[in-house]
Amino acid sequence: MLDGKVPEGPLSEKWIRHKFEMKLVSPANKPTFNLIVVGTGLAGASAAASLSELGYRVKVFCLGDSPRRAHSIGAQGGINSAKNYPNDGDSVLRLFYDTVKGGDFRAREANVHRLAEVSGNIIDQCVAQGVPFTREYGGHLDNRSFGGAQVSRTFYANAQTGQQLLLGAYGALMKEIKVGNVQMHTRREMLDLIVADQRAVGIVCRNLVTGALETHLADAVILATGGYGNAYYLSTNSVLSNATAAWRAHKRGAFFANPCFTQIHPTCIPIHGDSQSKLTLMSESLRNDGRIWVPRKKGDTRLPHEIPESERNYYLEERYPSFGNLVPRDVASRAAKRVCDEGFGVNGGDAVYLDLLGPIARDGIAALEDKYDNLFEMYQRITDEDPRQTPMRIYPAVHYTMGGLWVDYNLMSNLPGLYVIGEANFSDHGANRLGASALMQGLADGYFILPYTIGDFLARQGRAKVSDDHPAVTDAQRETRERLDKLMSLRGKKTVSELHRELGQVLWDHCGMSRDAKGLQTALEKIPAIREDFWKNANVVGRPDTFNQVLERAGRVADFIELAELMCIDASNRNESCGSHFRVEYQTPDNEAQRDDEQYAYVAAWEYKGVGVQPALHKEPLAFERVGLAQRSYK
Amino acid sequence: MAGPTISVTLKVWRQDGPEAKGYFETHEAKDISTSMSVLEMLDVVNLRLQKEGKEPIAFESNCREGICGSCGAAVNGQPHGPKRATTLCQLYMRHFNEGDLLVIEPFRASAFPVIKDLVVDRSAFDRIIQAGGYVTVKTGQASDANAILVPKDVSDRAFRSAACIGCGACAASCPNASASLFAAAKVAQLALLPQGSVERTSRAREMVKQMDAEGFGSCSKHYECQEACPKEIKVENIAVMNREYLRSLLLDRD
Ligand SMILES: Cc1cc2nc3c(=O)[nH]c(=O)nc-3n(C[C@H](O)[C@H](O)[C@H](O)COP(=O)(O)OP(=O)(O)OC[C@H]3O[C@@H](n4cnc5c(N)ncnc54)[C@H](O)[C@@H]3O)c2cc1C
Ligand code: FES
Repeated sequence: MLDGKVPEGPLSEKWIRHKFEMKLVSPANKPTFNLIVVGTGLAGASAAASLSELGYRVKVFCLGDSPRRAHSIGAQGGINSAKNYPNDGDSVLRLFYDTVKGGDFRAREANVHRLAEVSGNIIDQCVAQGVPFTREYGGHLDNRSFGGAQVSRTFYANAQTGQQLLLGAYGALMKEIKVGNVQMHTRREMLDLIVADQRAVGIVCRNLVTGALETHLADAVILATGGYGNAYYLSTNSVLSNATAAWRAHKRGAFFANPCFTQIHPTCIPIHGDSQSKLTLMSESLRNDGRIWVPRKKGDTRLPHEIPESERNYYLEERYPSFGNLVPRDVASRAAKRVCDEGFGVNGGDAVYLDLLGPIARDGIAALEDKYDNLFEMYQRITDEDPRQTPMRIYPAVHYTMGGLWVDYNLMSNLPGLYVIGEANFSDHGANRLGASALMQGLADGYFILPYTIGDFLARQGRAKVSDDHPAVTDAQRETRERLDKLMSLRGKKTVSELHRELGQVLWDHCGMSRDAKGLQTALEKIPAIREDFWKNANVVGRPDTFNQVLERAGRVADFIELAELMCIDASNRNESCGSHFRVEYQTPDNEAQRDDEQYAYVAAWEYKGVGVQPALHKEPLAFERVGLAQRSYK
Repeated sequence: MAGPTISVTLKVWRQDGPEAKGYFETHEAKDISTSMSVLEMLDVVNLRLQKEGKEPIAFESNCREGICGSCGAAVNGQPHGPKRATTLCQLYMRHFNEGDLLVIEPFRASAFPVIKDLVVDRSAFDRIIQAGGYVTVKTGQASDANAILVPKDVSDRAFRSAACIGCGACAASCPNASASLFAAAKVAQLALLPQGSVERTSRAREMVKQMDAEGFGSCSKHYECQEACPKEIKVENIAVMNREYLRSLLLDRD
């Protein structure tokens, strides 16, 4: 039984008490500790800056030419916080409740409560940094609503919230680089974790410009390397988003939790060509005003304006009268898939309408453009259709991964000294993340949680005394070198991206919006075959000692293939439906997810046992003290 | 695949490394769907090159949504290509015609050395920000968010400056390779907001100093940068920076 190390005491006092009970590192001692932060998205940048401010020596790594290029920069819609500025009934308790319920009761209550508690500090911090959130005419901060909530608690900076929050955290990081406490290493890819004497003590990374392998040792390693949605090939993630750092840590012993919990976002621009490199999200915030519908007639090929009101099916409003278009993502995505599978999609295909023409007529285009900023233009740019004149066409797409490396309440993995924050961990979103909660979680972890919890570890364990010639160090270096050599030796006929595409199709078909035992079995036969094909027939051109994007990509795809297998193993193990994990065998009479709390109210944390070998399952039981386990209802 | 296609000829800059000599290489991009972006078109060309056992054209991208600032190259002499207010990743092939010639080369500026093909080193931009492009506030020091009131029009203006994606098109388009628009966008954002006022005296001065140290030229009002900027950052920001700079010289007694 895996212990989440949740502190004792009533839910609302756990974090307060824990903060008091944790040991502190004295200010004079902090500079003697070296920390490694991998990743400079919201989680990594905020953590690195905050740790440096405390006095620790921090080395930071990222893939891009600048820390500001991280995937977080693309987040559009907003960030939640229980400020209750609109006076509409929000509170820490309500944000906590919505998140636990939204996650379909598969998150750890204590973590979620803490997240809600610190959510207010995040907005304060970001405003102090000069983040230009959208404001009301009186000069106060504006709010809007996101799915799964009946209050307006989402703060936003037009449709560029992620950009503005990341630039805030990036600014804080730049400030610490100037002070001299942070050493920034851009264009580096972590390729292995060094675990010596049961403690994570460093990383091996590749300099992406020179190809040189570098070793960095520290007293703790913090992974903030983002999610693995790109395992599906097509997703809304940035093209560099990958699982390599997390997967390498997994292979060194870190448990991977709930890998099958992947979020399919309901409002994305449908796939339009077979050379498409990624999918584009249309922010969920559009569901504040936008109405989602399909024609009532199957295969209706009329243009949308030719279809009269009475022949339109506003299926979310009909089915879920109390939440309407603002049901959570998993519910909205499945509903879209269902109507399209039944043949009601736009022109009988895979698309539904997201219609803003009503609100545009009512409030004027200027008001809507003020709210949604560049979204109309972005849609038009990509599709060549003007959403001011005709409804947007949308369809669900892979977007976010709730699964990730297992961490305890302190955000430490089962490997002492390895911390995991942001989307890379499995923590707070259970089986389905609510909109605008990823930014909140990443910044909560980085600004307000990790800087406290890591001190306790360092105070108790002291410095890691590992030298360059420790076998764990030399082994990791040698194995990384051998793996790169093996990749470079691949001279087959298939490009890495063809293999990636094949993998993505298998995952989408069998481990996507709906899953069943038979399909998962098929996937578990196909994925090992793709893995073999990769190591036989992939083609890796170029040289290892230069900037080589083919080699980079090959390493990431090889890891996605192994992770994909684990995702399917996890999905077939979980014989229930919950949140995003919809097993067709387990549904209520009206086609909603049917949980099995008796059997599956646990976190599935998998231990690596070898390539193609059945991993070992460790269960962390989930207890719900505050929120009564109930069938989710948004009706 | 549905939809119209076109064929175009590419003349692409190839350069093996920072020290290597660069040259143009010609490639035919055939039957390209007009719904592809320029980067997706390059993906297609790269797939073919790999199939032929050749090294693909190196170029950077991440978000492919015009927000991360990773992508960028000059197309027919214009950074990010011919369409206004558009990054290369959001420039679609429907804006080109059958038979067009696309000359694609890296962003040119002495402070942006080429790493490989279309990839350049823009770390100078990070160092300009390090010189003072932030508010010095530590985690935990903030007061309640609504304690700082900012009029909506001011906040909206600050947002428009803050929208800079740091891609480098401004410097690449400038005859003097000046980074003024980049630095000015940050200076102006923070000059407009009350949060930025405490460090006003030093910010512009330090950032301008760093800009010079990196080897960027100075602004002589060609305003090519405004034309090239994918986020439509306005040259008025440079006027704000100049004002802030003068102010810092006047007020600074160190
Ligand atoms: C289009 C889109 C819109 C979104 N909108 C919202 C929204 O409105 N609200 C919301 O709450 N959430 C939103 N999300 C989700 C949210 O943006 C992400 O979950 C979050 O930003 C992840 O942040 P992170 O810091 O964990 O990781 P990331 O931002 O993904 O950063 C990962 C970092 O790790 C580095 N890295 C990765 N691997 C390695 C390696 N091996 N070696 C070295 N460095 C490495 C990368 O370079 C990068 O710096 C959106 C997501 C998408 C795709
Ligand atoms: S790839 Fe991000 S701006 Fe073009």
